[in-house]
Amino acid sequence: MGDEFWQYRPAQAGDSGRSIDWRRSARSDGHFVREKEWQAAQSVHLWVDRAASMTFSSDKSVPAKSDRASLLAMALSLLLMKGGERVALASLGTPPRIGALQVTRIAEGLTREPAEADFGMPDTSQFLPRARAVFLSDFLGPVEPVEAAVTMAAERGIKGTLYQILDPAEEAFPYQGRTVFTSMSGAIQHETQRAGDLRDRYLDRLAERKNRLDMLARQTGWRFATHHTDKAAQSALMWLFQAVEGPR
Amino acid sequence: MFVLGPVGFTAPYILLALLALPILWFVLRAVPPAPIRRRFPGVALLLGLTDEEVETDRTPWWLLVLRMLAVAAMIFALAGPVLNPRLEERGSGPLLVLLDASWASAQDWSLRMGRVEQALDEAQSDDRVVAIALATDLPDGGAEFLSPADWRARLAGLKPAPYEADERALQNFAESLSGGVATLWLSDGVARDGRDAVLSTLQGKGPVSVFENPRALYALGPTALTEDGVSVDVMRRDATGEAEVTTTAHGPDPAGIERVLASVPVTFQSGEKRSVVHFDLPPELRNRVTRFEVEARRNAASVRLADDSIKRREVGLVTARESREGLELLSQLHYIRAALAGNADVVEGNLTDIIQANPDVIVLADIAQLSEGETGPLIDWLSDGGLLLRFSGPRLAASDVARDGDDPLLPVRLRAGGRTIGGAMSWGEPKTLRPFSETSPFYGLAIPDDVTVGAQVLAQPDPDLAERVIATLADGTPLVTRKAAGTGQIVLFHITANAEWSTLPLSGLFVEMLDRLAVTSRAAVPDLGDLAGQMLQPVRQLDGFGRLSDATSQAPIAGEDFAMAIASAQTPPGLYRGVDAAIALNVIAPDRELIATDWPADVVVQGVQSRAERPLLPHLLIIALGLLALDLVASLFLSGRLSGPRLAILVTGFALMAMPPPAQAQSGDDLAVVAAADVVLAHVLTGDADVDRIAQAGLVGLSQTLAARTSVEPSPPMGINLDADPLGFFPLLYWPVTADQRIPSAQAYAKLNAYLRTGGMIIFDTRDADIAGFGATTTPTATRLEQLARPLDVPQLEPIPQDHVLTRAFYLLQEFPGRHTGGTIWVEAAPADAEQVDGMPFRNLNDNVTPVIVGGNDWAAAWAVDDSGWPLLPVGRGFNGERQREIAARFGVNLVMYVLTGNYKSDQVHVPALLDRLSQ
Repeated sequence: MGDEFWQYRPAQAGDSGRSIDWRRSARSDGHFVREKEWQAAQSVHLWVDRAASMTFSSDKSVPAKSDRASLLAMALSLLLMKGGERVALASLGTPPRIGALQVTRIAEGLTREPAEADFGMPDTSQFLPRARAVFLSDFLGPVEPVEAAVTMAAERGIKGTLYQILDPAEEAFPYQGRTVFTSMSGAIQHETQRAGDLRDRYLDRLAERKNRLDMLARQTGWRFATHHTDKAAQSALMWLFQAVEGPR
Repeated sequence: MFVLGPVGFTAPYILLALLALPILWFVLRAVPPAPIRRRFPGVALLLGLTDEEVETDRTPWWLLVLRMLAVAAMIFALAGPVLNPRLEERGSGPLLVLLDASWASAQDWSLRMGRVEQALDEAQSDDRVVAIALATDLPDGGAEFLSPADWRARLAGLKPAPYEADERALQNFAESLSGGVATLWLSDGVARDGRDAVLSTLQGKGPVSVFENPRALYALGPTALTEDGVSVDVMRRDATGEAEVTTTAHGPDPAGIERVLASVPVTFQSGEKRSVVHFDLPPELRNRVTRFEVEARRNAASVRLADDSIKRREVGLVTARESREGLELLSQLHYIRAALAGNADVVEGNLTDIIQANPDVIVLADIAQLSEGETGPLIDWLSDGGLLLRFSGPRLAASDVARDGDDPLLPVRLRAGGRTIGGAMSWGEPKTLRPFSETSPFYGLAIPDDVTVGAQVLAQPDPDLAERVIATLADGTPLVTRKAAGTGQIVLFHITANAEWSTLPLSGLFVEMLDRLAVTSRAAVPDLGDLAGQMLQPVRQLDGFGRLSDATSQAPIAGEDFAMAIASAQTPPGLYRGVDAAIALNVIAPDRELIATDWPADVVVQGVQSRAERPLLPHLLIIALGLLALDLVASLFLSGRLSGPRLAILVTGFALMAMPPPAQAQSGDDLAVVAAADVVLAHVLTGDADVDRIAQAGLVGLSQTLAARTSVEPSPPMGINLDADPLGFFPLLYWPVTADQRIPSAQAYAKLNAYLRTGGMIIFDTRDADIAGFGATTTPTATRLEQLARPLDVPQLEPIPQDHVLTRAFYLLQEFPGRHTGGTIWVEAAPADAEQVDGMPFRNLNDNVTPVIVGGNDWAAAWAVDDSGWPLLPVGRGFNGERQREIAARFGVNLVMYVLTGNYKSDQVHVPALLDRLSQ
């Protein structure tokens, strides 16, 4: 198994004689087996939603969703590369790599201008089989493209994480009075006389959307979680890292 | 004017706009509040959701009502509403505004002026000409009819007089008017003879309306001396109802500052018009009283000037013989003391001391010879109006004073030896007194039978002896002689002051004679005879409001006129100085009664309108704005925009409105608590914001320096308002002087003087050492400092000597720079006998802290630091500048140490002596 030294352990019954490390055993009375570690670099694909809806921020004290997503993506990339994994940013279309150059490339990709479209769609065609994937988005747009992408990726043996980033206002809907809601690009509009009345129904729909994503994740063996931009990014990063490293 | 209930409208047509309100109602209902546009990424989830309630589309009814009310209030406001409109008839033709303008109208003078202004306004709108006449100051050429605008400019110059109108002159004035003149008479409400005649004359010329203010009127009547003080009559005009007023006696305190010496409340029962208030004043206080006042009544009659009639005379008693114990009744001065007891202030001692006390009378009992050093001052004192009362006795009889020529201190020449009548070795009977002649001051005194004279000194017959004799024995020998000396006089009793030579001192006649000689008291009211031939110079003058002003530039008044005078334009009330007494002419004559006017029924008497005409425009506008503000809040709330920063702004806005304005100074108690808890440096607020800021920063800097270098750790310094704040808590006051600083009030100076006397220190900083000393002129701040410091109780000053304690209180310093350097520092002068002893580094100087330090080096600017502790202002240049700043800081440290520890560093002069003693 592998070729990197891992540890010596006392020989047990059943160990073949060839497996015994005689040089080590000669230094003491017992017999030792030299164990080696198996090492293989993992490829991780990051898809960070760069659509207009991600630029929303309900309050000056809360960062935009895209900022938080970029931050998490960058931090995760660095962490993974430190662990020896190869990382790729889906929007660049480049294969997963490791090294300073790739870090720069990802950073450039994350700081590009956001797209015009209101909602983004993941594209998994470039993903390597059996690689890992991380989707960072608010998942407020149409859910079908996401389902399709995840299903397709799962068929190719890709395991991954759906990480929903929401603004606290999107979770609380603290609006009153006569209001015209528009999407970030202004393409979609909805007018109401009393925004407060819509709150419960909106929250129902949001819960349903989360539920659907969660079901999708379960069916495909992926993981799903929601993060709010008013919470610390640190715990989000920790969770994400564990989810990617997760059970092999 | 359109009148609706108690409200009139000056522009009623604007009210028609109220008809538009229903239209507004429909318009407002039709327009729902505008929607907010919000960006919201979750909008995709909202698509397809419909509103459950639709009727909230419209503006809610209560918001509509609110807006309607706001608009209605605005319309009413613009229609010029007036509460209690004045609707009386107005006449036409010329209008005479006649003001009584006496002292009785002074206390509501502004109200009267307001009424006159109103009359002018009305006359202007009716296009009438107006004449204004003050009854106490009638125009010479008859009434002057001018346009109201011309009069308005002259209104400010009208003042009430401290006396009452001359009704005869007023009558002449009324008669000189042409017909057809309507009169508005602003009466002072005090009845006077001749008023009815004036009224009927005026009524003959045209309609008369009278304006009167039924406000309570108080006046002070004559003062009288009592056993233990002074009593003053207090009278009032209206006898109805109970009332209580406070009367006060004013006069200078020992430091010469005018203050209230006593304060007594007076209660009038219902029906009482007169009350007597008694001031319990010890003699020394009573002599200082300058006036009595009814508190808070601003008119001339509520001020009663006190003159010499309530003052007691000061009598100096000089005796040669030391009083022998147990022989009290033989003492030369016993009977005089007894006669004076309770009536005059007695000073006893040797002659030199007594002359310095400048008494009114000096009594020399059996003292023959005076030294050269005593004679000179005594003659000076006599020529200033003193009364020298001499008694003879064995010594005078034995001496050869005034044997050969006139002695300046004896009225007549004396024969050697004197004579004894009716003694064991003589033939005659003891002599009695002859009745006093008409020219004698004792004329009219009854002579008891048992007054006999057994011995006397005899006068030499001289040509002018007869006119100098004011009392004789039955055989014609002079008993009392008198001579004028300068403005004063010398009186000699040819007998002893005790009962050795005669029984006169035992009798009541003796007291009466002393009284006539004005030894014990002065005549209460100087009569015509006293005043005839004198010219009385006005000293102080009362104005109508009861304020005193200097009147020494006024022309003197002949005594004959003055004796008969009541307060009038020719003899204004005030304090006058005659030959030997100050005499007050008061507003209220002794027999005066205050009686309210009683107008005939056909005269319209307007009182002060309790319900004054009041425009409601501002009130309604404020209501409208308030409603609109409410509408703003409500609209924001309805449209869901009342959140976050907007709410915060609104809340802060309302909070700011509700908050009282920040107090300028802490209240006295707070200040006391803070200032007394710790050492606090203080500076005087000058009113110049920049100077005050630098002074504050300077003391902050000094406090920090002190805390860092010494064990003095002051609390943050304070700015002190001299008028309002107590000073006693502060060890030193830093007083930056500005050229246009306000002179503090008299009370503030009283406080400052008390502060200086009780160990406080003021550092005056004229901040001009950079320009002072060039050229001969003083700087503006130095001039101001002179004016500021004049009323202060400051000792003699000298430039700071090289061995002053300030040079070594903490640091050793030889100069005291601030931002400027080299200015002279003045401190209290060293005592004249401070000599430098050999072997001592410095003199043994004052045993106290100098109360003031005067300099111009702008120390605060050198000490000043900003919030982070860095110097605020540049000092000098480069390293030298920093050195100068350091020395300035050291001076500050020395200063505070000096104030706090006094001169203990001076005690080092005693070190050698102490060491010397220890070694023994």
